[in-house]
Amino acid sequence: MANKSGRSVLHISKRGALPWYAAWAIRGAAIVLALIVSGVFTAALTGLNPLGVYAAMIQGAFGTERKVWILGQNLAILLCVSLAVTPAFKMRFWNVGGEGQILIGGLATAACMILLGDKIPNWLLIIVMVVSSVLAGAIWGGIPAICKARWNTNETLFTLMMNYVATQLVAFMVIVWEVPKGAGKIGIINQNTEAGWLPQIGSYKYLLNILVVAALTVVMYFYLTRSKQGYEISVVGESERTARYVGIKVGKVIVRTMMISGGLCGLAGLLLVGGTDHTITTTIAGGRGFTAVMVAWLAKFNPFTMVFTSFLLVFLSRGASEITTIYGLNHSFGDILTGIILFFIIGSEFFINYRLSFLKNTGKGE
Amino acid sequence: MFDFVSFFPRAVMQGIPLLLGATGETLTEKSGNLNLGIPGIMYVGGICGVIGAFFYEQSGNVNGILAVLIPLLCCMLGSLLMGLLYCFLTVTLRANQNVTGLAMATFGVGFGNFFGGSLIKLTGSDVPSIALSATSSYFRQSLPFAEKLGAFGKMFLSYGFLAYLAIVIALVSSYVLKRTRVGLQLRAVGESPATADAAGINITRYKFVATCVGSMIAGLGGLYYVMDYACGVWSNDAFGDRGWLAIALVIFTIWRPNVGILSSILFGGLYILYLFIPTGTNLAVKELYKMLPYLVTIVVLIVSSMRNKRENQPPESLGVPYFREER
Amino acid sequence: MENSTAVVKMRNITKRFGPVLANDRVWLDIYKGEILALLGENGSGKTTLMNMLSGIYFPDEGQIFINEEEAVIRSPKDAFRYGIGMIHQHFKLVDVLTAAENIVLGLKEPGRLDMDKVAEKVKRICDAYGFDVDPYQKIYNMSVSQKQTVEIVKVLYRGADILILDEPTAVLTPQETEKLFAVLRNMRDDGKAIVIITHKMHEVEELSDRVAILRHGQFVGDMLTKMTNAQEMTNMMVGRPVTLNIERPDPVNPKPRIEVEGLTVRDPEGTVKLDNVSFTACSGEILGIAGISGCGQKELLEAIAGLQPAEKGSIRYVTDDGVREELIGKDPLSIADMGVCLSFVPEDRLGMGLVGSMDLTDNMMLRSFRRGRSFFTDRKNPRVLAEKVVKDLEVNTPGVSTPVRRLSGGNVQKVLVGREISSAPSVLLTAYAVRGLDINSSYTIYDLINQQKKSGVAVIFVGEDLDVLLELCDRILVLCGGKVSGIVEGRGASKPEVGMMMTRLGGKTNG
Repeated sequence: MANKSGRSVLHISKRGALPWYAAWAIRGAAIVLALIVSGVFTAALTGLNPLGVYAAMIQGAFGTERKVWILGQNLAILLCVSLAVTPAFKMRFWNVGGEGQILIGGLATAACMILLGDKIPNWLLIIVMVVSSVLAGAIWGGIPAICKARWNTNETLFTLMMNYVATQLVAFMVIVWEVPKGAGKIGIINQNTEAGWLPQIGSYKYLLNILVVAALTVVMYFYLTRSKQGYEISVVGESERTARYVGIKVGKVIVRTMMISGGLCGLAGLLLVGGTDHTITTTIAGGRGFTAVMVAWLAKFNPFTMVFTSFLLVFLSRGASEITTIYGLNHSFGDILTGIILFFIIGSEFFINYRLSFLKNTGKGE
Repeated sequence: MFDFVSFFPRAVMQGIPLLLGATGETLTEKSGNLNLGIPGIMYVGGICGVIGAFFYEQSGNVNGILAVLIPLLCCMLGSLLMGLLYCFLTVTLRANQNVTGLAMATFGVGFGNFFGGSLIKLTGSDVPSIALSATSSYFRQSLPFAEKLGAFGKMFLSYGFLAYLAIVIALVSSYVLKRTRVGLQLRAVGESPATADAAGINITRYKFVATCVGSMIAGLGGLYYVMDYACGVWSNDAFGDRGWLAIALVIFTIWRPNVGILSSILFGGLYILYLFIPTGTNLAVKELYKMLPYLVTIVVLIVSSMRNKRENQPPESLGVPYFREER
Repeated sequence: MENSTAVVKMRNITKRFGPVLANDRVWLDIYKGEILALLGENGSGKTTLMNMLSGIYFPDEGQIFINEEEAVIRSPKDAFRYGIGMIHQHFKLVDVLTAAENIVLGLKEPGRLDMDKVAEKVKRICDAYGFDVDPYQKIYNMSVSQKQTVEIVKVLYRGADILILDEPTAVLTPQETEKLFAVLRNMRDDGKAIVIITHKMHEVEELSDRVAILRHGQFVGDMLTKMTNAQEMTNMMVGRPVTLNIERPDPVNPKPRIEVEGLTVRDPEGTVKLDNVSFTACSGEILGIAGISGCGQKELLEAIAGLQPAEKGSIRYVTDDGVREELIGKDPLSIADMGVCLSFVPEDRLGMGLVGSMDLTDNMMLRSFRRGRSFFTDRKNPRVLAEKVVKDLEVNTPGVSTPVRRLSGGNVQKVLVGREISSAPSVLLTAYAVRGLDINSSYTIYDLINQQKKSGVAVIFVGEDLDVLLELCDRILVLCGGKVSGIVEGRGASKPEVGMMMTRLGGKTNG
């Protein structure tokens, strides 16, 4: 796109493949720049020197053993949702409904815990919880997929709307199940019996979640890169026409993949409700469905890279929350920092995909 | 008994932010940019207006015209900057629109809540909360004789000037899109940038201008909400998911701002219907009624994709960055 | 012509795309009141050169003079200012807008937009040159030829004096072509300069006043059409004397392999694409399918491959021991398993049959990856296959893990055809196998197809170039508007005869 007003000196052209280390160097530089900008921004607001800001952030993320565990837990859940949305994105299906799929999975878990808590043995209850939460998420993700497959309905907006339907459904059930009546919340479910609480490994409350997600990461990597279904997903994502030509049933792949995506989001809901919170609220997903979109995209859909990108975002939000506690600021500070970092990384992709060159102007007659 | 006379104005007041958001997003989408950052932009628009008004009210004597102008300009400036940021990332740097939009939504909502929650602490002032009642009273000023006209006045003349401005903006946008050269060219950019480019239309400029103007209009929606609807009281997350609903409204109106006027009132009505339906002591059912606007959007989305009429489809190149040398 | 002055002079024009030299110091003159045919093989730089005149590209070196004055054309807008308008091969029209709206797109006329006034002016232009356009018709409701007319009116509306048409007849029926030529002659007589890019010799001879020839990006000469002939022009295009001799061995022991009877296919909109088509394809022979583009060739192959639902009729596969199996109703996968292979080269080469961002290995397994019970894919065999295809067909690639998108067109096609052949098919369906290839690569592909024929495969070959069909195929089935116009023997068939059948059922004039 030459500069139209006259001399075209800056020329933009598409790059071939950049070696992976160069691409990561560019991304790394963007992150460093973003950290500098957010440090300066924070310093301007708090009057702290920028280095102090970073120290406070690191303190917030790793300061105590408890903080490290919380970091690990947040990382695990975010990573779980990111892994969940990845197959859909690889298929170019913009699932921004992770939020709703988590909620509905959590709701299914809570329903099992409340309704079946004292009726069936605990081991059976947990199995029922796992199945129902994954199934609920899968259905929630499958509905938009079916419409996409049949009528090419816009999935971005459909999944977005499904979030709010899920939110209201949870709000409805919260009032139905509220304890005590009129409290507007459910409170800890089965506090006395601990029925349906996922088992705790040793004295580590969050370890189970972390292990489950770690295993999921490996599984997802091999699913995407080595399995036949993963291969189908890539083909459909790249070109539906080609997929049809080689006899792949595109509609089936779309629905199946979205059900996997939704099901894993439902699993995240299970981990949140059954594993750690033991209650359900409308805000339990905490925007992870959206953040996960960015985590997955930043990692270029590679599950192992996602560990790093979700760590980056979780670190930021934990660090920012430390700063807000110290200075009595609003907790949304973390969102601002996240935004800044994301803008820089999003912008840096341009320099990975395109080459900027300064041409000598050879056009005559000027 | 369903009290329509008191229901209607509340539906309108709910609908106005949606209308502004949807009109802004429609203009943006017509240029081929799917700006999912609109919810964030509406927050930024709102909070920037609040910040402007806050400082102006803090400064002492309040003059009616300035009390309206300062928040208005601050709001537009804030949302303009957001629009520019979006354009810079997606048009100049050709970043993925979905990801950029979501990042902007995160950022914008955080920005609004952060300054809404920390403004008092940051400025070290001694007021207990942000309640800009003086500014708000100017924004809420309705026609003096409205109350004398009974039901008619209450239903049609009882709103602040931004509400009428929203309707005017929607009508003007519709006219521009449909009847003018600029509108024609904007539609061409969103449908097929390569064609528009070959016809000598400056794609980059159209995308920037449409998106930035769209952002400013959407930002006004945030301002209307806080200054008029919420009586100048900022509370965090109060604006809620209206930004997303505005994006849904764009589809509902099949990309026509004039259709948006009635649809936004309908949506506003659906949004607050639960308050007017007698459910007795069963509070839970109210939560189900709140689902209505979303369910209606889903139904419209499915039906319009099933009917598959060419005129009712999204702009063809919506969400796709344009790069001339990519063939 | 001799006494008219050159309205356009291009001097020393050079354009590079990365390492590729698309135009190398080209000189070209265009005169008022003449039709210039710009000739050259694919990739010879014709379109690139004209794109520089119409402002799509900017030359790296060289000068352009319009009416003796040096011109700097940086955008299509600049080109309009100089009175240059180009009608591209892929139409640049916005589908949801009307003809009139498309025509005024991008114009800065004073005053407010008045569509009725525009429509009136459009009508005037149409009347002057004999076009037929409804200004209020939406583009998506138009036929290809109507769209092309809108494109031409568009440039005339802008007052263009220099019109460039890039392969305008590729998508037209012969009747539409005749209409177009008549209009072009009208415009020439009106004093406009017209350039048409083409590689159809008979059109050049029929329409143009002068020809200019490019080869490998260089200008190799120009001459008056009446002073030259097709042979000379072809030789200049290719750079050496060409004899278009394609090997055609006699079929060995042909036996029916595919029997199509009464096949009728409708597209999703309900238009009949194939109407009661019946024929038999035999093993060991090449059955050519001729017809102007969009006559049902694609639908025919897709129906056989199981990708198009058939409304009526039957497609039977005959095994070696004479057992007949109905293909209609089977899914594409099981049809492929029976040995029916389809290689369709679409206009953009990728997009059907190959995945651009995947490497050669992954592309090799596109059809076969589902084989076996394992949940995981096997990449070892595809890799071996990819290496074999690269070696056997001399695919020019850095390695088998290079994304296909990086390969040049000819190599992409070799990969596609190579993969289809590798599965040892009993029926090979191929469409536009040499689309966009230079002569050498084309011959490689013809050899491959002939080898398949010799090994007893039933080949169904859909081609664009009638000359090739006549030389390569044993029998030629001619389609006309979805109906079988006739089946002729390849040996001894005459071009006019087949050409006639392409436009009229049975090829016979009425009465």
